[in-house]
Amino acid sequence: MSIFVNENTKVIVQGLTGGQGKYHGLRNRDYGTNVVAGVTPGKGGQDVEGIPIFDSVADAVAATGADASFVAVPPKAAPAAILEAAAAGVSFVVCITEGIPAQDEARVFNTLLADYPNTRLLGPNCPGIISPGKCNIGITAGEIALPPSAEGPNVGIVSRSGTLTYQALYELKQKGIGVSTCVGIGGDPVPGTNFIDCLSEFQADPDTHAIIMIGEIGGSAEEEAADFIKANVTKPMSAYIAGVTAPAGKKMGHAGAIVSGGKGTAQGKMDALAEAGVKIGLNPTEAGELMAEIVANLS
Amino acid sequence: MDLFEYQGKQYFARFDIPVSPGDKADTVEEALAAAEAAGYPVVVKAQVQVGGRGKAGGIKLADNADEVRTHAGNILGMDIKGHVVNRLWVEHASDIEDEYYASFSLDRAAKKHLLMLSAQGGVEIEAVAESDPDAIVKLHIDPVVGLDAATARQAAVDAKIPEKALDGTADILVKLYRCFSEGDCDLAEINPLILKPTGEVHALDAKVTLDANALFRHPEWAEYAETEELDERERLAKTHDLQYIGLDGTVGIIANGAGLAMSTLDVVNQVGGSAANFLDIGGGANADVMAAALEVINFDQNVSSIFINIFGGITRGEEVAKGIVEALGRVDLRAPIVIRLDGTNAEEGRQILADAGIPESKLRSEPTMLDAARAAVALAKN
Repeated sequence: MSIFVNENTKVIVQGLTGGQGKYHGLRNRDYGTNVVAGVTPGKGGQDVEGIPIFDSVADAVAATGADASFVAVPPKAAPAAILEAAAAGVSFVVCITEGIPAQDEARVFNTLLADYPNTRLLGPNCPGIISPGKCNIGITAGEIALPPSAEGPNVGIVSRSGTLTYQALYELKQKGIGVSTCVGIGGDPVPGTNFIDCLSEFQADPDTHAIIMIGEIGGSAEEEAADFIKANVTKPMSAYIAGVTAPAGKKMGHAGAIVSGGKGTAQGKMDALAEAGVKIGLNPTEAGELMAEIVANLS
Repeated sequence: MDLFEYQGKQYFARFDIPVSPGDKADTVEEALAAAEAAGYPVVVKAQVQVGGRGKAGGIKLADNADEVRTHAGNILGMDIKGHVVNRLWVEHASDIEDEYYASFSLDRAAKKHLLMLSAQGGVEIEAVAESDPDAIVKLHIDPVVGLDAATARQAAVDAKIPEKALDGTADILVKLYRCFSEGDCDLAEINPLILKPTGEVHALDAKVTLDANALFRHPEWAEYAETEELDERERLAKTHDLQYIGLDGTVGIIANGAGLAMSTLDVVNQVGGSAANFLDIGGGANADVMAAALEVINFDQNVSSIFINIFGGITRGEEVAKGIVEALGRVDLRAPIVIRLDGTNAEEGRQILADAGIPESKLRSEPTMLDAARAAVALAKN
């Protein structure tokens, strides 16, 4: 099994006719993902390498039965695109767009919460989700992920950072460890899906046996996750937190990654997770090695 | 993007939040003119983005032109915690009967807007939170619903704002909320919010942080970008649109992705080195971006080695490799490069680098992040 997506997930790409949408949408299809349609207003009836384009998400869903959407449109258009997908009944929306204003993200999040409780948003500003061998939505290079084995043990990955997500996939692949699902939740201040959402799914997923979590400075999501882990997660975990050396008051690239008023430090997060029984690596490789030990003990 | 006090007050004024009449001044003469226009007595305030200006002598009251001349002369050029004062704000001095605190920010855990309001203003809010947490009213606001006048007034009542200041406070809260949400602020804070003996409530200070992601719908922010407190390296990086933060070490860092860039800093530190900068060339970086990144790193005289750490997602390995080859043709790099390239099209990228005929003293590849960090730190120490 996997979480959020599987081999039956039918995906539309909002922005399939644009540069990023086309590049990654086609890569996702080449990986084996069921990319059933693209949406670009005004370009309905055309196609991108055999994938039909519709004017609206509603049209695309009606024609294809899609249940997931990949939003790859610029920051100005992304909030409306996410809400359009939700209004059309899409239950899982992945938005990779970087640079959406925080006020828009907060409005989108709370609109989904109030009006479209059955739609889950992953992102924005995230690499997407991959269930290796089954479904890849977003910008992850599929070849760096090892599919899960039937007998296990398999690892679930949840990460706030894009490139560190790939790093984690890669570390596990080199060690021959399969991945059930890898979720990049993104580095923005208001992510649609958070650590706890993913940890709770991984805990319930019978084919996930251990979990790697990758966090970074800023906010309190890792501390909240630590509380949740203590109370609810019985599967073994390792973690890595980026930004130990980040100076206070400086945004480290991600809109969400900032240490302010002594809060949101890497050390505080590592301490909270260690306290919850999570093994902490001081760099991504070390977190991978700790996971290899955990997996060796499970098999 | 943090605003200076005077910019924050000008931004407040756009949303009809009452502030004292005043003007900015870069010279003693400009300060005198601003004082005349505002009307004596005036307050002369250093414009630096650091707390504790008053204690450092950067805020002075002046009753007449002579005093303005003295204070402005003293404060201009003053060093406050490493920030040199180049600009003053001169405003009409207010009679203060009472001081409050008000701010709007995003509560990331609750995913709602957060109003913080206290009848104890003019002091650090962190200190109030510590000593008397009940003195701060915290109200979550649904960004879709917003804040109405009745709710704002009730918050003021809950914060024990005195009766005569309630209407004025509620009015300012509604306006400050508009400034925060429509004005795309990460933070909009007034400390102190003052009550005058005449019964008016107004903003005596302004702390505003703008969300740089919203620049596309705020052409009026262009002037703020010009006054951002950046060092020379950061200024150069900005002209190239790079996500760069200057640090004090000797290993120049280029990575794709904020998390990987942060992690690269951490790993360099772990193996005994120190990073000269944070630089995230982001997703979709092409040859031009890489060349620009190397130019910025090369500009930093402290850099003795360069660590390029790339894991390909959107950024493709061959693009990175082409960028390095092109940059080496364009810029005469002082420091050697250690590169670690993995992910999408990494092999094509490595092949391009190998075929370019660059001597190993200028560029070498290492298979892992740790190996590359060790190599870069060793080179930086030689």
